Amino acid sequence: MATDTHYEKYKSDGSLQGNALEWFDARFPATSMWRGHLSEYYAPKNFNFWYYFGSLAMLVLVLQIVTGIFLVMHYKPDASLNANGIPVAFASVEYIMRDVSWGWLIRYMHSTGASAFFIVVYMHMFRGMLYGSYRQPRELIWVFGTLIFLCLMAEAFMGYLLPWGQMSFWGAQVIVNLFSAIPLIGDPLSLWIRGDFVVGDATLNRFFSFHVIAVPLVLLGLVAAHILALHEVGSNNPDGVEIKKKKDANGVPLDGIAFHPYYSVKDIVGVVVFLIVFSSIVFFAPEGGGYFLEYNNFIPADPLKTPPHIAPVWYFTPYYSLLRAMVWPILGIDAKFWGVVAMGAGVVILAFLPWLDRSPVKSIRYRGPIFKTLLVIFVISFFILGFLGTKPPSYAFFDVIPGAPIAQILSAYYFLYFLTMPWWSKIDKYKPEPERVTFK
Amino acid sequence: MSKEGKVDCGRRRLVVATAAVGGAGALAALVPFLSSMLPSERAKAAGAPVEVDIGNLESGQMMTVEWRGKPVWIINRSKDMLDTLPKLADAVVDPKSEKTMQPEYCKNETRSIKPNILVAVGICTHLGCSPSSKFKKGADEGMGGDWLGGFLCPCHGSTFDFAGRVYKSKPAPDNLEVPPHTYLTDTRILIGEDKKGA
Amino acid sequence: MKANNMKKFLLALLFAPLTAFANGAALHLDKAPDVQGDKAALQNGAKTFVNYCLNCHGASYVRYNRLTELGLTEQQVKENLMFTAEKIGEPMRVAARPSEQKQWFGATPPDLSLIARSRASEDGSGADWLYTYLRSFYRDPNRPTGWNNAIFENVGMPHVLWQLQGQQTQNHESHKLELSVPGKLTAAEYDKQIVDLVGFMVWMAEPNAGFRKQLGMGVLAFLIVLFGFAYMLKKEYWKDIK
Repeated sequence: MATDTHYEKYKSDGSLQGNALEWFDARFPATSMWRGHLSEYYAPKNFNFWYYFGSLAMLVLVLQIVTGIFLVMHYKPDASLNANGIPVAFASVEYIMRDVSWGWLIRYMHSTGASAFFIVVYMHMFRGMLYGSYRQPRELIWVFGTLIFLCLMAEAFMGYLLPWGQMSFWGAQVIVNLFSAIPLIGDPLSLWIRGDFVVGDATLNRFFSFHVIAVPLVLLGLVAAHILALHEVGSNNPDGVEIKKKKDANGVPLDGIAFHPYYSVKDIVGVVVFLIVFSSIVFFAPEGGGYFLEYNNFIPADPLKTPPHIAPVWYFTPYYSLLRAMVWPILGIDAKFWGVVAMGAGVVILAFLPWLDRSPVKSIRYRGPIFKTLLVIFVISFFILGFLGTKPPSYAFFDVIPGAPIAQILSAYYFLYFLTMPWWSKIDKYKPEPERVTFK
Repeated sequence: MSKEGKVDCGRRRLVVATAAVGGAGALAALVPFLSSMLPSERAKAAGAPVEVDIGNLESGQMMTVEWRGKPVWIINRSKDMLDTLPKLADAVVDPKSEKTMQPEYCKNETRSIKPNILVAVGICTHLGCSPSSKFKKGADEGMGGDWLGGFLCPCHGSTFDFAGRVYKSKPAPDNLEVPPHTYLTDTRILIGEDKKGA
Repeated sequence: MKANNMKKFLLALLFAPLTAFANGAALHLDKAPDVQGDKAALQNGAKTFVNYCLNCHGASYVRYNRLTELGLTEQQVKENLMFTAEKIGEPMRVAARPSEQKQWFGATPPDLSLIARSRASEDGSGADWLYTYLRSFYRDPNRPTGWNNAIFENVGMPHVLWQLQGQQTQNHESHKLELSVPGKLTAAEYDKQIVDLVGFMVWMAEPNAGFRKQLGMGVLAFLIVLFGFAYMLKKEYWKDIK
């Protein structure tokens, strides 16, 4: 809730607990936090399916932190070989899977949680695109959000090295080598990132350090900023209208309902449904068909032997396709560099969405055919880019339609969708927004 | 008013029921996390029973083996040493070994299966130091003149007799622990496991 | 109305499986029968594994006492299966040291603990691959070992089970494998032997898998009950909202 709201301090009723609470509340903003962020944070009453994913992202974050804490108790970031000729790091993961009681469950929760995090976050971001949640006055929430997404990518990438399997090793090798494409400083930079001439023990240890402490700290800070910014301006909703424009005599938005208890009980339903899906994967398909745990990662890292086909984990593949789509040298700098630029720009461009969208209305419900068509194509092309990213560049659909040029066309579309948005979002037709939210 | 009260009642019941079911689930979810901190299969394998051959352990001698990272003493007590035990009944805290610091089959005066062979964990029950052996009677090894032989903990001065029983007025509260053990043959002891059916 | 259709379409898109278009399978693999519920088969597989595979390959994440989960007593494991360790809690190490093996074979034979998981691919499960592989050795005089494999070209490993299977040769025209010298077992018996061996390797790749699935049923049942309560609670509160 807005900071200008002043909440009264807790007054004791004279009982012992009451006195203790009063003492506590006089020294800590407990009441005001409870009321400002939960019991008197008024959210629009017309949230739909898409609005579950914010709280689910929080849940997965907690899940990853808790399971991670317990994994660190047993995992060893050590690339040297043990007495059986197996890297200690790899063996320590199998130790968790077999020798630590319940270790397998904690590890599967963490590995499935990584994929679940991206599924939830992609859905959450798509929600923003559907209903214009990034539009004024919520630009900063969206910018914090893209930073969270960026952090999440770094976190996932560095975490993926830790099992020290073949995919871990070669994935890190390829991505770190991308940095060497940067002119002049590239080679020393990638050497500095690795701390060795190959991805080795030094790399493993620094990635471990970043993965378990540095990035999570930043992530938690950004999540706090994301939520504080949201509670400052209030939530958007599927109609994209501002509920704060219509308030009752007490200053409560007419279409707003208290987050607690109404959305807390609703989100619990979402959490349980999520847990049902999550458990189905953890207990019955922890490998996720080779997408969540890649088969080649059950082979210890071998710096002398690249697996025949390496691809990043599924959640990176759309961006990996953007990277591979750049095959021409430009301005005398080789294509590799432009691939890196494309991949980076693909993420960064999201942050500019609030200023690219010029439509007079926010929600897809009132937007015109151009937006709807282009968004559908955007989603389809994002999926196809993701799919092609899991395949070798030589892949062809049905063995005849080559994938590489399609990836290039779709990559171009990805950027054009954003870059031409100021134009097409302005000329698109729209329906007038209603005064109040629609609620049945 | 009465109608409102009714609704609230149903609501409260639902809140309690949901919280109970959810809480039970949360408690169950704690189990894997907490048990993951128990000794792993590797630790258990490393802490598995140890087999010792005492064929060469002469009368009056002592040997130390490692079991679960702790020193386990095996002492082949001479007749002389065993004779000191009844004399000390008034000097030690728990002469009849009434506290469970030993398996049931060692709850006797010598605290052992075979009268002469003592198997004990060489860790002082006070704060975990390992006592040193002071087998010689009298003041030869720096003990008092009436010393009958036994062990002295270097950390806080607790003393134990040849059955690992702690002397009175010393910091250590209990007798030395006797680990579960069993004789595989006359001269082979398995430390860490009781006699089973097999 | 229209928005509703659009919503459905977008949802369908999001949940469409990524593997909708798969490339033509590169390898034809025979489907390995699942024997995870058959303790006798797994015990037999364990025996074959210890007698034939463990000479060169370790299974260094698998402790011998884990084999009791296949319905054996510790005593049985010690007497019949435990040749490379002294204590039952030790892992199934290879008899030779990795560095020595590198001298003998030019490469260290891989640890097999996880082979049934790492050999999975789009072409089939790890079990299918192993089942096909172990039945596809044929005589090839051009190879130093005298053996080659139809699905693993220029394989480094000789056909360790040849006395059981006999010798196959590859037909030059059809490229099919034909049994030229019969072994101790008939083709059907040999296949069964391999089914058991592969079954054991699948078990060993994730010994918890059976328990994992059992527990999963319980967890899902609990969550469905919890869903009932949570849903009723939500309905109860949302009666207020008009």
